Amino acid sequence: MAKTYPLKMNLNGKEVQVEVSASATLADVLREQLGLIGTKIGCEEGECGACTVLIDGQAVNSCIYPAMKAAGRRVLTIEGLAKNGELHPVQRAFIEHGAIQCGYCTPGMVLSAVALLGQNPHPTEDEIRRALAGNLCRCTGYIQIIEAIQDVAGRSQG
Amino acid sequence: MICEEYILASTVEEALAALASLRGEGRLIAGGTDLMLQLQRGERSVRCLVDITRIPGIDEIKLEDSYIIIGAATTFAQIERSSLIRQRAPVLAEAASWVGSPQIRNVGTLAGNVVNAQPAADGSIALLTLDAEAEIANLTGRQWVPVASLFVSPGVSRVDASAEMITAFRFRAHGPRESSAFERQARRKALSLPIINVGVRVLLNAEGTHVRDVRICIGPVAPVPFRAQQAEAALRNRAIDEDAITEAVEAAVLESKPRSSLLRAGKEYRRELIRVLTRRALLRAIAAARG
Repeated sequence: MAKTYPLKMNLNGKEVQVEVSASATLADVLREQLGLIGTKIGCEEGECGACTVLIDGQAVNSCIYPAMKAAGRRVLTIEGLAKNGELHPVQRAFIEHGAIQCGYCTPGMVLSAVALLGQNPHPTEDEIRRALAGNLCRCTGYIQIIEAIQDVAGRSQG
Repeated sequence: MICEEYILASTVEEALAALASLRGEGRLIAGGTDLMLQLQRGERSVRCLVDITRIPGIDEIKLEDSYIIIGAATTFAQIERSSLIRQRAPVLAEAASWVGSPQIRNVGTLAGNVVNAQPAADGSIALLTLDAEAEIANLTGRQWVPVASLFVSPGVSRVDASAEMITAFRFRAHGPRESSAFERQARRKALSLPIINVGVRVLLNAEGTHVRDVRICIGPVAPVPFRAQQAEAALRNRAIDEDAITEAVEAAVLESKPRSSLLRAGKEYRRELIRVLTRRALLRAIAAARG
C-alpha cells in the first residue's frame, strides 16, 4: 500500500486539505476524491491536454502531475472559473463562437486560453496557436476556438 | 502503482540522504514529464520518489562572471522566456521553445532532459553546442563534469538518479562576435519528436569575415547526442563563403548516421534534413554573430 500524506493547496480560491496517496496524480485527486470531474482524462500521457489545470497560473497536464507537487500551490480547475454564477469571459466567448462541439477538450482549451491571457492579454494568432498546441480537439473545431480567444483579447483592449 | 512514498526534499543534502537510505529503491523526480510515463507504463519501478523542485534556488538562472548558471529544476518555460539566455545563449532558448507543449514546458526540466539521455533531446543538443558542464552532487561531494560525458546509450546516462543528482548547468555566455542557433524539423510544431535537430555556435574574428571556432551538434543521428567534429574542422579558421559552408554541411551529412525509423522518417530524407538544417543554423548563427 502506498503511504498517504495530507495535501494542502488552494483549490479554486479555497484552502483545502485532502489525504492523498503517494502515487496519486493531481487528476486522480481532483476527479476521484474531490468530485471535480470537469478535468477530463484523455490520453493519460500528457499529449492531449484534456486534463489541463492551472498551477500558480501556468497550464500543466494533471494526468502526469504527481498530486504531491500541488502542495502549497494555487490550483485552478474549470469549476473555479465562473464567479457568482457568471461565466468567465473566455467561457462566454467559447459559447458565443460555437467553439464547443463534443465538449471533451473544452475545459483544457479554456484553461490554456486563460493561462495565455493572464501572461499576454493581447496575443497574436500565432501566439494563441502556440498556447493551444498542447490541447487536441478531435472534432477539429480549432478555428472557432481561436476566434473566441481573439474576441476576448480584443474586448479587453477596451 | 507509481510509488509507495513521496518526499519533497528541501535541500540537496536531504535529497541525497533520502536516496542513500532507500538503497537504490528511490529515484529523483523533477518535472516528471518523462518519469511519470515510465512509471505509469511499468517501464520502471520505484519505491519512493524524491522531489527536488522545492529546493531553494534550484530553479534559478544567473550570470556569474562570464558564466550562465542554470539550476537543475529550471523549467523549459523559464529558459524559453529568459532574456539572458535569449541574448547570450540563443541556441538553448530556441531549443527549449520546441520541447513538448506549453503544459510540458511549464513542468519539464533541463536536468530531466539530460538524465533521460535521448539522443534527440533538444535540451541536450543545445547544452552540447554550448560546451556546458553539469554539477553532479553525491555523498562524496560535488563536481563539474562536461555534459558531453554524461550520455551512454539511448535512455541511459551516467547520472544515477537513484543515488546522485545534477544540481546545475553552467556554460560561457556568448561574447562579442559569438552567437548560436537551433533548427528542428518535426511532423508538427508541438508534441513531436524531432526528425532532425541541429544546434550551432560560432565565434567569428573581429572583422566578422572568418570563423574562429564553431560547434555543430545534431540529433538523433547516433546513440547519443552527436557532435559533428569533421564539419566543425571544415569551418574552423576559414573565411566565411559559400564553399566553406557547403564543405561543412556535406561533412556533417557524411559523419552523421541517421537510421530509417517508422517514428521519424527514412534515412535518405533525414540526411537531406541534416544538409538543410545545418546550413540554416550556420547562416543564422553567423548573421547574429556579425550583429
